[in-house]
Amino acid sequence: MVSLSYILQRSIVQSAPLLLGSTGEILTEKAGNLNLGTAGTMYVGAISGVIGAFLYEQSIPDGGTLNPFIAVIIPILCCCVGSFVMGLIYSFLTITLRANQNVTGLALTTFGTGLANFFGTAIVKIVDSDVPAISFNKTSAIYKAYLPIADDLGWFGRIFLSHGFLLYVAIIIAVLAAFFLKRTSAGLNLRAIGENPATADAAGINVNRYKYVATCVGSVISGLGGLYYIMEIGSWSINAIGDLGWLAIALVIFALWKPNIGILGSIVFGGLYIADTFTSGLPADLVRMLPYLVTIVVLIITSTRRKKEHQPPAHLGLAYFREER
Amino acid sequence: MKKQIISGTHEPFAHIIKREKMPWWKEWGVRLCAIALSLVVCAIVIKLVIGVPPTALFSKFADGLLGRMRADIPQNHQFWLTMGDTSILLLIALAITPAFKMRFWNIGAEGQVLIGSLASAWMMITIGKYVNAGGVFPRWLTLVVMLVVAMIAGAIWALLPAYFKNKWNTNETLFTLMMNYIAIQLTAYCCTEFWSKKNTSNNVGVINSEGKAMGYGWLPTPLKESFPKVSEWLIIIAVAVVFSLLIHIYLKYSKQGYELSVVGESENTARYVGINVPKVVLRTMIISGALCGLVGFLLVSGDQHSISTTIVDGRGFTAIMVSWISKFNPFAMAAVAFMFVFLEHGAAQIASVPLPNGQRLSGAEEFSSILTAIIIFFIIGCEFFINYKVVFRKFSKKGE
Repeated sequence: MVSLSYILQRSIVQSAPLLLGSTGEILTEKAGNLNLGTAGTMYVGAISGVIGAFLYEQSIPDGGTLNPFIAVIIPILCCCVGSFVMGLIYSFLTITLRANQNVTGLALTTFGTGLANFFGTAIVKIVDSDVPAISFNKTSAIYKAYLPIADDLGWFGRIFLSHGFLLYVAIIIAVLAAFFLKRTSAGLNLRAIGENPATADAAGINVNRYKYVATCVGSVISGLGGLYYIMEIGSWSINAIGDLGWLAIALVIFALWKPNIGILGSIVFGGLYIADTFTSGLPADLVRMLPYLVTIVVLIITSTRRKKEHQPPAHLGLAYFREER
Repeated sequence: MKKQIISGTHEPFAHIIKREKMPWWKEWGVRLCAIALSLVVCAIVIKLVIGVPPTALFSKFADGLLGRMRADIPQNHQFWLTMGDTSILLLIALAITPAFKMRFWNIGAEGQVLIGSLASAWMMITIGKYVNAGGVFPRWLTLVVMLVVAMIAGAIWALLPAYFKNKWNTNETLFTLMMNYIAIQLTAYCCTEFWSKKNTSNNVGVINSEGKAMGYGWLPTPLKESFPKVSEWLIIIAVAVVFSLLIHIYLKYSKQGYELSVVGESENTARYVGINVPKVVLRTMIISGALCGLVGFLLVSGDQHSISTTIVDGRGFTAIMVSWISKFNPFAMAAVAFMFVFLEHGAAQIASVPLPNGQRLSGAEEFSSILTAIIIFFIIGCEFFINYKVVFRKFSKKGE
């Protein structure tokens, strides 16, 4: 029998990548862009960070130790650059060139997963390294490091303190995003664009600039989710991120487009995602279906209620062209 | 008055206006330019990433078409494997096209095909067991039962989002997306829980491969003697050809096809001229889903003779891109589907090109998705230059 604190702790570990992914996607969707490329972006974020970590570890001679600060900052920078470029591709195609968002997003996912899986297997050979597979154990250990005090505090320490720093970053980002959307005028402008870009445009808001910034920042946040996940695993394998990106999109709906609800929602989803590891009687595959089922139920209920603040942004998925009526 | 305002200091450097409809040859010229540009970018990527000369790789692409790729396929069958895969991709694209033309964003083809596969595999296994236990069941009826059940399953999977869209305007993109993963998990559950040969492996393995039920539910391979290379794929290819024509006729010449394109253009117009929009949405999605189910049946019965969660292999998503960049034209879809499969099989050959440092690469299929995605980016991006025109400041003054 596993203890409740263990279940909670594992769920929270699992929740962070979902939270980051969905927070990024919420920002993007609030600007009216349905970015189905999030799955690909998380892959690219992860592999960029992994390659950064790998190359840094390779550059350290045998027996040398890593500088913890550099070991943390290099993967994060690589991850941000990688996922920023993904956001930029999506933004350029859908905002400037007004391409269809669904198709662009799916193509971006194909691109991102392909890129990540390709480099995941090929980077070792391309840089002509003498190690057999891509490895970044030391960096991963730094990412997972937590305050030693957590071990002495029993269940409290295990649930709240035994996590790598990125988890707390994820929660801070979610809270900041919630604050930004709800309480700042820039956030209000962003929501206005997602609801009705023509009105926002008439009010003097630079629609395209807001959309670009929201999508690219959202992509970077989602990409960090991929990085967290892969650092938690500590090794790269084909399709390492799984369907996490799609689950993050589901979480956006479950959280009713609100990052602060997303914090709790991500823990529920995270728990369901790994529930099969601590339930012996229940069939794992059916339990894994639950997040998607719950999401559909939430989607239906919110659409029957027709409460304005719980709906998807009204202009979600549609390109904006000023001269179109 | 208006002119004064726009010719003031705040006139933007460039602005975008909608273009008159281009002549068709110009449209296709733009698209061909985009494809050519994308190939240049692909070449640059190949050179930068792998470091081998792109020509060395591109010349290997033909091997993907004619050479040997899968161990269980003899060398000279490769061309027909490519045609078979093209047919499957084309069929899925055809299946979702009516819904897309109606502007119903059904991105659930992956799930609809998979649930069709699951349903027909279920029938196949059940009947197989019954026959092996001594029961009598005609071979041809097995195929019919599988087909019908698969189409019903696919239709149900598509019907649910359509129903809720009609009733409460539930977002269909997100709904169909979620249905994909429910289908995947359901398949995973059935495979591991009921059908896998637990003592030997976790796979389902080839269904009906022994006993009296041998070959039950397998699509026949006609003309095996005279055309051994193609017979395995013959029915799938024939179905794809027939459905290309049928869908073309349905969309272009039937009343229902006209109705759904009106709904796609403008729902208000459709309502105004007396089209029952919810009815059209439901009917179109049932057709779309049933066709997806049919593809699922073909995959199980004609291609794999087995079932797994990866049987559709992302083709439900690829088909959306095929349908969209072909502008819903079935013949263009055939060409695009062929191009995608060709790229996939061709890129698989990079494993045989040595790197400058003497190593050999793995990850061939993944590399093909990178190239495919680059080409898609260019094709969907170039539509902008077909639909819009960029007008620069000084030119616009001259024009007025």
